[in-house]
Amino acid sequence: MTSTTVTGTRAGPRRAEKPRTGQLRRAEHRAAWVLVIPFCLLFLVFTLWPVLQSMFMSFTDTRARDLRTPFSVNVIGFANYAKALSDPVFLRAAANTAAFVLFGVPLTLAAALASAVALDKGITRLRGLFRLGFYTPVITSIVAVAVVWRFLLQPDSGLVNTVLGAIGLPEPNWLGDPYTALPALVAMAVWRNFGTGMIIFLAGLQSVPAALQEAAAIDGAGAWRRFWAITFPLLRPTLLFVAVTTTIGYLQFFEEPFVMTKGGPLNSTISVSMATYQQFGFGNYGLAGAMSYLIFVVIAIVTALQFRLIRER
Amino acid sequence: MANTRPRWWLYLVLGIALLLVIAPFLWMVLGSFKTEGELRRVPPTWWPEVATLDNYTRLFAQLDFGHYFANSTVVAGVVTVGNLLFCSMVGYALSLLRFPGQRAIFVAVMVTLMIPGVVTFVPLFMLVVNMGLADSLPGLFLPFLASPFGVFLMRQFFSSLPGDLMEAGRIDGCGELGIFFRIYLPLAGPAMATLGILTFLGSWNNFLWPLVVASSESTYTLPVALALYSTGQNQTEYGLLLAGATVVVLPVLIVFLLFQRRFIEGIATTGIK
Repeated sequence: MTSTTVTGTRAGPRRAEKPRTGQLRRAEHRAAWVLVIPFCLLFLVFTLWPVLQSMFMSFTDTRARDLRTPFSVNVIGFANYAKALSDPVFLRAAANTAAFVLFGVPLTLAAALASAVALDKGITRLRGLFRLGFYTPVITSIVAVAVVWRFLLQPDSGLVNTVLGAIGLPEPNWLGDPYTALPALVAMAVWRNFGTGMIIFLAGLQSVPAALQEAAAIDGAGAWRRFWAITFPLLRPTLLFVAVTTTIGYLQFFEEPFVMTKGGPLNSTISVSMATYQQFGFGNYGLAGAMSYLIFVVIAIVTALQFRLIRER
Repeated sequence: MANTRPRWWLYLVLGIALLLVIAPFLWMVLGSFKTEGELRRVPPTWWPEVATLDNYTRLFAQLDFGHYFANSTVVAGVVTVGNLLFCSMVGYALSLLRFPGQRAIFVAVMVTLMIPGVVTFVPLFMLVVNMGLADSLPGLFLPFLASPFGVFLMRQFFSSLPGDLMEAGRIDGCGELGIFFRIYLPLAGPAMATLGILTFLGSWNNFLWPLVVASSESTYTLPVALALYSTGQNQTEYGLLLAGATVVVLPVLIVFLLFQRRFIEGIATTGIK
């Protein structure tokens, strides 16, 4: 998905034309540095430094009172990590986050792929309208969306239960019941995020050659067979990309429980990001730092696993 | 494909799906014009019986949403301008110029692309507090003026432009910086539009950082104000919250509808929202 070579494609030939005079090269270097200096300063201060300090902090007993003296703290080794891994709330949060990812990611991918295929091959008119509509939830604030969904999911006067009741289905107390709260958040996440995957799949489907499809159709392969034997394997790189970005996003889910359930009922919807935020709120900065690095490690491992699982074969 | 039969059933399925996807927004906007009593009615009404602007009046008069709206606009605006300027400068230097240290900068950008936000937010908060920027608008936008993602996007775009223009500029006596600002930057319109829209939306919807940094009402952004009101003492004022949600969503929706073609192309090519 990314080309990681520094040499730009077009810059090579230009370089080779003739040896440049030293003066001209110096002017180029000077201009380049003028252009990158503002970014480098911002990057060093607001990205590199916090990343390194976060690592250091996770091995110390930094608390809110050390805010102004971040280095007069005690190094306590892996104690924060041990504490995080034995904290029942954090473990519950880890289990919730795992469930959120395990159910949310496949459902999101399936909805994204199904809608992309339907829009790409199934219909000829109104494609733009459907694309626009399905993508709309993605661009809206999760907070606003969560506020609205909280009302929709209300047990007695909510729209969802009214519709369910009208067709004779049970009307659960969605956000008030520990068994339905997390599934409700998963449903909301799928609704909000499948549009991104759909757009990327639509772009990926453009690269599936129509000639292959037609050849298979002539050989008598049905639409279902053609999809699984031709389209799907060719979509593998796109699938990998959507799976990785969706998983990384879901591993950090935060706003949905913050607004809709505050992590409850009975911690059934608390996420690792939310547990980290809570420790930060309690002033346990070292512990919060360790928790955030644990999330990072999990993200790195899951990403690497997905690369192995999806890319190869 | 050769199959040109109109598939009415597919239109039906997609139509129902579209309705389900859009319904929460319709309900939000319609609900924001309902009275408190109507919002509590069982079963709920769809179309407001008595349309009222009361919720919006209270939102702006009592809860100061006009102020939060201004804060959100300033923060998202500054972040967007900063990213457009700085990311295009770096993207150009990384793709079309050659200079010592280039590779190191590019590697650093790629590595940080993969680091999730949760890793930096605690030390970033300490840093902002120690710079005296806690609970201030600069504290909200300063850390995000240049994003690794933006640099990557602009670098990829400038890599697709010919380097010959630079030679032409040099022969005509244009300075190195002039070549960037007068020749290459005007060509970057499409990439700048994509980056600008993505950055604006991301910043407008950003929640965790302003939640941590903005501790008094005077620096709240819209999502922070809405989240805190919806979990605080106003959490049962349905009409007010629906009007608030509408105010958060509507500007973004309008920006999106105006630029949607470019926007969707940008998503498809960069793959990142």
